[in-house]
Amino acid sequence: MAFAPSSTPSDVRARATAGPSDGVHLPDTAQDLVKILVTGPFGVGKTTLIGSVSEIRPLHTEEPLSEASAPVDDIAGVRDKSTTTVAVDFGRISLPGGVVLYLFGTPGQERFRPLWDDIAYGALGALVLVDSRRIDASFDVLGLVEETGLPYAVAFNTFPDAPRHHTEAELRAALDLEDGTPMVTCDARDADSSVDALLALVQHLIDRDTPEGR
Amino acid sequence: MTGRRGGRPLVPAYLSTGGVARPSRPHLERLSVLTRAGTPAPAGLPAAQLALLDALEDGSLTVVEAAALLRLPVSAVRVLAGGLIDRELASARAPIPPAARFDPDLLKRVADGLRALKHA
Repeated sequence: MAFAPSSTPSDVRARATAGPSDGVHLPDTAQDLVKILVTGPFGVGKTTLIGSVSEIRPLHTEEPLSEASAPVDDIAGVRDKSTTTVAVDFGRISLPGGVVLYLFGTPGQERFRPLWDDIAYGALGALVLVDSRRIDASFDVLGLVEETGLPYAVAFNTFPDAPRHHTEAELRAALDLEDGTPMVTCDARDADSSVDALLALVQHLIDRDTPEGR
Repeated sequence: MTGRRGGRPLVPAYLSTGGVARPSRPHLERLSVLTRAGTPAPAGLPAAQLALLDALEDGSLTVVEAAALLRLPVSAVRVLAGGLIDRELASARAPIPPAARFDPDLLKRVADGLRALKHA
């Protein structure tokens, strides 16, 4: 995962001029750019979901975690910390009406907190992907989302060998979800299914935005 | 790719900005839209700033897209973009008007747009 950022200014330049732009530049119709976080534990399908719905090949940035690191007096670890990076995937969907929706695959662990806050800044909300085979792996993420105050919806990514005997009430109880929090299942490999999960979140945002919801 | 997997980069990201760690602009968001101005690049522009300017040649980019294209951390692109904006070689605009984040109309447009995708 951790390719270190390795560009010298000169090869940056060569790539920028020679590299294919492959539609990365914004369409002229783009007016409002909004983002939704797609979060969850490692391996839950964040990148898969983003890839399913993105109009561009999902891109990623390598983000240094040095700012995220712990005690300043820990000299022994300084060298490592300054070079540790985490990849943040993102994708883009141009919607009719001039809205461009960005999806950021955001690692949901407490140690990524400063990075998380930076990515979450201005986000509409978060789609939290959960693997029903390891529900407890999602507790950290849910805690982080709630601390940030981002509205969210939960989507169980369907894995072939996932247990099917849980009822919705059991799953809600296991995740300690509020009644109003949407909970859906989706197949992150499938575009329509992933769009449905995003729609569940956006509809939730609209509902809580109405006067009764405030 | 020239990266040394897992190793230290030959030129650390913070050097791409000439050692500047903080952008000159108060806040460039990941989704702030960078657009190149018509002005030609002056001689002696630092290579990394020139690279960003070149990336904007074919159209506008968000900060995060520029970072992905240039393979630089977002924090470095913020600094580079701040430099270009200071020299009036590029401009930045906010992703949405400040008050629009919880605008029900914006949310409805997102929802309608997503529904339209499914029927496409």
